[in-house]
Amino acid sequence: MSEQTIDLKKRRFLTNATSVVGAVGVGFVAWPFLSTWKPSAKTKAAGAPVDVDISKLEPGQLVRVLWRKKPVWIFKRDENALVALDSKDLISKLADPDGTGNSKNQQPDYVTANYRSIKNKESVAVIVGVCTHLGCSPTYRPEPGASDLGGDSWKGGFYCPCHGSKFDLAGRVYAGVPAPTNLVIPPYQYVNDSLIRIGTDQQNT
Amino acid sequence: MKNKQSWIDQRFPLSKVWNEHLAEYYTPRNFNFWYFFGGLAILMLGMQLLTGIFLTMHFKPDSANAFASVEYIMRDVEWGWLVRYLHSTGASAFFVVIYLHMYRALLYGSYKGPRELLWILGMILYIALMAEAFFGYVLPWGQMSFWGAQVIISLFGSVPVVGPDLLVWLLGDYAVGDAALNRFFSLHVIALPLVLVVLVFLHLVALHHVGSNNPDGIEIKQNKDKDGIPKDGIPFHPYFTIKDSMVVVGFLWILCAVIFYAPALNGYFLEHANFVEANPLKTPEHIAPLWYLTPFYSVLRAIPPLFGSQFPGVLAMGAALVIFFALPWLDRSPVKSIRYRSPYYKWALGIFVISFIMLGWLGVQPVTPVNALLARVFTTLYFAFFILMPWYTSIGKTKELPTRVTE
Repeated sequence: MSEQTIDLKKRRFLTNATSVVGAVGVGFVAWPFLSTWKPSAKTKAAGAPVDVDISKLEPGQLVRVLWRKKPVWIFKRDENALVALDSKDLISKLADPDGTGNSKNQQPDYVTANYRSIKNKESVAVIVGVCTHLGCSPTYRPEPGASDLGGDSWKGGFYCPCHGSKFDLAGRVYAGVPAPTNLVIPPYQYVNDSLIRIGTDQQNT
Repeated sequence: MKNKQSWIDQRFPLSKVWNEHLAEYYTPRNFNFWYFFGGLAILMLGMQLLTGIFLTMHFKPDSANAFASVEYIMRDVEWGWLVRYLHSTGASAFFVVIYLHMYRALLYGSYKGPRELLWILGMILYIALMAEAFFGYVLPWGQMSFWGAQVIISLFGSVPVVGPDLLVWLLGDYAVGDAALNRFFSLHVIALPLVLVVLVFLHLVALHHVGSNNPDGIEIKQNKDKDGIPKDGIPFHPYFTIKDSMVVVGFLWILCAVIFYAPALNGYFLEHANFVEANPLKTPEHIAPLWYLTPFYSVLRAIPPLFGSQFPGVLAMGAALVIFFALPWLDRSPVKSIRYRSPYYKWALGIFVISFIMLGWLGVQPVTPVNALLARVFTTLYFAFFILMPWYTSIGKTKELPTRVTE
């Protein structure tokens, strides 16, 4: 009893052992807490496809629907707009016109290159209306030659008010703007000629 | 009375703490205007906590009800408008005070040794306060709340590789919505206020350990009388407690004038678009963060996307904040106060202040080619202040320091 000495080696061993076990414990306990921030089961279940009736959609008209809580635009392009999308004049101003560069994962593989819509349904475009820069929803500016957007060089498209990114009427990004990639084309299909379903893929027949 | 005091002192160090931190805490006698703002910052923290507690009693952190519950506070709760405006205008007033407090440190070299940790604790406080303000601005669920949250949270989505998953984890959903609002509410009313209070305590512990700097930037502790009391020091209580009380009266008078006559300050303290409920289908024509975040927002916008990614801009914005931490080690000047510095530092500080204000102004303006160019110029000048500091603080002739404080 009286000859008691302090065993520093034992103390250090116990300190280290407790620290290691404690750190592992903290790691295990942190996981459930951090996981509570993940989308809940209810949230995950709420991503169902959305049907949109386009029978009354006029050329130039745009409707917005929410799909997975994101705005999706469905709009009809007239003949002039489709011609403009094919023009060399416009294509030379775009960052990735054929969607093979930075934008190669921004659309399903069944949409055409320049119009970014399903084949034989070129006039109707379906685009996720979220700017690829920082998530604002760009403004629809279909009128060619708008003076505030560059006059004659503007062929119609979308303008993001937050940071000035520009996109054409197929959602392709202009070069030299903050947005790095083209707008996203969601998976969609024609249930029949007047009904579009957003969220499921077009079946190739 | 004496008996009561000794009864307490035997059980709790009341007199000891009172003396160490107030009655016998010696403060330089040459404090000027710029030394009001530390005390005012504590006042503002107290006011935000008090008004926040009462707002929480009426607010509903639910995306379906949040906007209406704020309007309910404004219209139907008795005096609710006052409590709400004290809180929302108070947030801007808090940042006015904090920016002047930080500018004081730049003027008189208060970040230099031995006050490096005091400075670092203050910078952590500043960043925590910006986070607190951001989360608070989301809660009313107006258009600016929603789209501001969308833009700021999207910054995390630009992180290479893990970005998209990180984004979903932060939001608890695939877009900004109820889950985000609910967790931002928790962070705003519990987590960050606790962090702020603890950090303020640590900031004061560090301050009282090293003692205050002063407009002459010399250490009063190096010149003590035979009792060990600094010759240029006066007790904090009653000298500065009374002086600060007068300052508080003047400050509250100005604050009340703003709250009563211009609580939104024409869109600078509460943006017009935030009086419209959040609409995930439509971004307002013009969006900008509140004024106290715009200098950093401008830095973000000034950097174009590189390698198909917005991340470099996000890094630059982060660097604009983090570089402040290095200030004590970037400054090589043998003197602290601007009164004795070389003209080079005075020029550099002047250019820095202009750059900071211009970046802040550009942050609320729409993007035009001219504005984008200006933002790049001022971003460069902003970083030059820090990066060139080791050079321009080590050249040039400084004035001779006095042995005692002046005035």
